[in-house]
Amino acid sequence: MKLKTKDGGWSPYLAGALVGVLAVVSVYATTQLMGKSNFLGASTTFVRAAGLLEQTVFPERVAANEYFTKEKVRVDWQFMFVIGIFFGALIASLSDKSFKLESVPPTWRERFGPSIGKRAAGAFFGGIVAMVGARMADGCPSGHGLSGMMQLSLSAFVALALFFGTGVVVAALFYRRKSS
Amino acid sequence: MSIEQILGLLTGIAFGFLLQKGRVLRFEKQVGAMLLKDMTIFKFMLSAILVGMVGIHILAGAEIISLSHKAMNLGAVLVGGALFGCGWAVMGYCPGTSIGAVGEGRWHAVFAVAGMVVGAALYAELYPFFKSTILAWKDFGKIGMAEVLGVSPWLIIPVFWAVVICIFVWFERRKL
Repeated sequence: MKLKTKDGGWSPYLAGALVGVLAVVSVYATTQLMGKSNFLGASTTFVRAAGLLEQTVFPERVAANEYFTKEKVRVDWQFMFVIGIFFGALIASLSDKSFKLESVPPTWRERFGPSIGKRAAGAFFGGIVAMVGARMADGCPSGHGLSGMMQLSLSAFVALALFFGTGVVVAALFYRRKSS
Repeated sequence: MSIEQILGLLTGIAFGFLLQKGRVLRFEKQVGAMLLKDMTIFKFMLSAILVGMVGIHILAGAEIISLSHKAMNLGAVLVGGALFGCGWAVMGYCPGTSIGAVGEGRWHAVFAVAGMVVGAALYAELYPFFKSTILAWKDFGKIGMAEVLGVSPWLIIPVFWAVVICIFVWFERRKL
């Protein structure tokens, strides 16, 4: 098994296994230092970010909202974790010169052309639908896919199967090239 | 910053670093998996699960940490999971990887991040409606596979490892 891939990255098996170690260390560290076992996750942070932004314009509306109250609008462990992902990716990509400004990814360009507007619309509306789904399911590929599967949670198996199963069907339809 | 915030930030930096080195932050890798052409994200994810699963169950068995299952709410997981899959395919990122993708310069992911913040606000508005409809169908509670099957997790883990190793071998043979 090669430790480096053709594009200069690490073997996904190696990088993934290290994430497994990180997940275990992180649960241990949060339990010891915060008194509560925190598992890796990302999507609740988007609720808190939405609440923090909305608060600047409609503070009463956020205070009165049942869901914001339930999830607690504050900069917590997971919020900083998600911000950390940005810096970690930046450091890693600068260290091996794989940082690249990209406005339209190749697969998208092949199907929908070089328009940044189309790509932005796809990312934006896809993002809305995906986040409504992730909050309803109470997790994303981090919370269900990684943390839930590690714990052998029933909901994680079902959620991951649906994430991917639906994704395969929609991707096949969405990126199918018109027969010319 | 509090200890909680510093800990979160450091863990996130390490996670983002590994996501980037594993090359799983790319739109091409995420959509590539959904088009069944490139299984990099599954090699990465399943490797993390194999290692993490053993460590988590050792710590939980020794009562050093406590497990935190997410509820198996039927409507929530089925409808929410399907909605997520639809959005994921078009967006080409999941919530965690979208932020990392911006970090490695794929700046179109900022539109995905913005969409997800709007989606979260929308969900907060619709929550009372969902709570009385989809979320109210049937809740099996916060349960794990061990309870469902009525066996020790240490019986499930070796089987899980064996299945995943077979999947890895198949990926490599098919050059996925």
